[in-house]
Amino acid sequence: MSDSVPRGIEPTGLQDLYRELILDHSKHPHGRGLHDGALAQSHQVNPTCGDEVTLQLQPGADGRIRKITWEGHGCSISQASASILASVVDDDSPEQLSERIESFRAMMHSRGQLAGDEDLLGDAIVFQGASRYVARVKCAMLPWVAAEAALSGIR
Amino acid sequence: MTHEPPLPLRFWAPLGRLACDMERHTVTRTGEHVTTSTTAGRTPVLISDSYFERLRQDFPLLEQSVNGHPLVYLDSGATAQRPVTVLDAETDFLLTRNAAVHRGAHTLAAEATELFEDARATIAAFIGAQPDEVVWTSGATEALNLVAYAISNASLGRGGVATERFRLTAGDEIVVTEMEHHANLIPWQELAARTGATLRVIGLTDDGRLRLDQAEEIIGERTRLVCFTHVSNVLGTVNPVTHLARLAHEVGALVVLDACQSVPHMPVDVAALDVDFAAFSGHKMLGPNGIGVLFGRSELLNALPPFLTGGSMITTVTLESAEYLPAPQRFEAGTQQVSQAVALAEAVHYLNDVGVARVHEHEQHLTAHLLSRLAELPGIRLLGPASAEERSGLASFTVDGVHAHDVGQYLDDVGIAVRVGHHCAQPLHRRFGVTATTRISTYLYNTTAEIDFAIDRLATVREFFGADDDGANA
Repeated sequence: MSDSVPRGIEPTGLQDLYRELILDHSKHPHGRGLHDGALAQSHQVNPTCGDEVTLQLQPGADGRIRKITWEGHGCSISQASASILASVVDDDSPEQLSERIESFRAMMHSRGQLAGDEDLLGDAIVFQGASRYVARVKCAMLPWVAAEAALSGIR
Repeated sequence: MTHEPPLPLRFWAPLGRLACDMERHTVTRTGEHVTTSTTAGRTPVLISDSYFERLRQDFPLLEQSVNGHPLVYLDSGATAQRPVTVLDAETDFLLTRNAAVHRGAHTLAAEATELFEDARATIAAFIGAQPDEVVWTSGATEALNLVAYAISNASLGRGGVATERFRLTAGDEIVVTEMEHHANLIPWQELAARTGATLRVIGLTDDGRLRLDQAEEIIGERTRLVCFTHVSNVLGTVNPVTHLARLAHEVGALVVLDACQSVPHMPVDVAALDVDFAAFSGHKMLGPNGIGVLFGRSELLNALPPFLTGGSMITTVTLESAEYLPAPQRFEAGTQQVSQAVALAEAVHYLNDVGVARVHEHEQHLTAHLLSRLAELPGIRLLGPASAEERSGLASFTVDGVHAHDVGQYLDDVGIAVRVGHHCAQPLHRRFGVTATTRISTYLYNTTAEIDFAIDRLATVREFFGADDDGANA
């Protein structure tokens, strides 16, 4: 994965938050779009900034979650987080998805201390830097909270 | 060469012996520095930044570094920083005069009560009101809710014949505007819902001014209340208060003014503005949190039924009922924020020493500079009037392709503090088709150099987030 400092900008602590992978996902998001026949859906709002996400669990075989799709608007962190979540989930069992969400939450609440389990989180470990920015943790969490709420509707 | 008025003497006093042991004004207005007051009546002189730069030494918080850069505090619209004299006034009161007010006969209680009432008189004089027209509240939000709930109680029949004039029923109309802060919108939505009255809304022009043509249509014989902000906390628009007050009064409606963004920044005279109620908060005008003011015309306050009830607001209480004190005590049930009131009065002394007209002039200068520099940047969309006239010292804007939170984070990285989000004005943002903006707001301690620093940083934000990759501005 490409994760260098964006060109032409003097490096600062900001690069730790806005990793290039995050900026790429926020500009070219994966998994956008809502569809009929979803397993479950959740709409979450961050009331302090107005960021919104509507997230759907798309049905696979045997009660599995084939993929996640979503629509929403907000800051680059929340948008990239939704995009990366959508890219990580691939025919998950509800238990698997739940495990990913718990792992992501543990990393985001660690204030940069937890590196994150790459097997569970894949590219989402890139948000470790964001976990140091307390005010931005809720931005990154927004789609994962939506996934959790949607999941609770089918379990 | 510009002529600079001298600073109030206390600015030069060593920190630590400012507020204590000084009879203010007897000490501070002596000697050579008395010219502060004598310059006030002369032709206005251009105040250079250096005068205001020197004020900064009264605000030690501004001296710190954030993320390795000097703090550039451009968020006074949210909360202002406090000068040492204000902090000292509060500490001094707590160290030497603290007692419950309006109860108890001991010396300390009497002294505390006197300072509390002196503070009320100071605030009253600052806004052209009488002391009994100033009600202490926790802030502007409580002040506005106080009016709404007092009217609500009147609508339920509380207060008998005397409160009939305030009663709202189905068919009555409450008028607000599309630029209101939630604190001057939701209390009226709720009041309308409780009483059956209808909420009417004055819309905005594309450049962020009130649609006065609409105001004239909407304000009519059904109108009972007209509630609007003096200065928009997002657009910076200064509204034509006397014009709207005249429209309201012509049809017998009452005027409620949100003065949160005006009282700290410009001379405000509630009598001259001809408003019936006005609300503002201490923490936006160099004072403490947890203290605010409701101004109400004496005749109205004394006719309204109370909102919060309890101790210290009654004359006679039986097990069945109670009779109430006149205003302002009628609206000050329970323990009061005494040290905060005393400190707020000190904040007013500070503003008076600098001269609130001079503060306004300085902010006008900063705003003109801010607007012209913002206009240089591609991809920036300003909300609100494009010129500094009839505009306060703040500017909210969007950045093409970059969310406001990311803009704020990018500025914070070099120590620049701004507000991002909807600024408690969601309907206003919706009106302009956006969910969030970045707001730069100034006060007396800001300088053009700080504006320049913020603008220079803003100039690279779109590049950082790749927002200019595909656009014409690349």
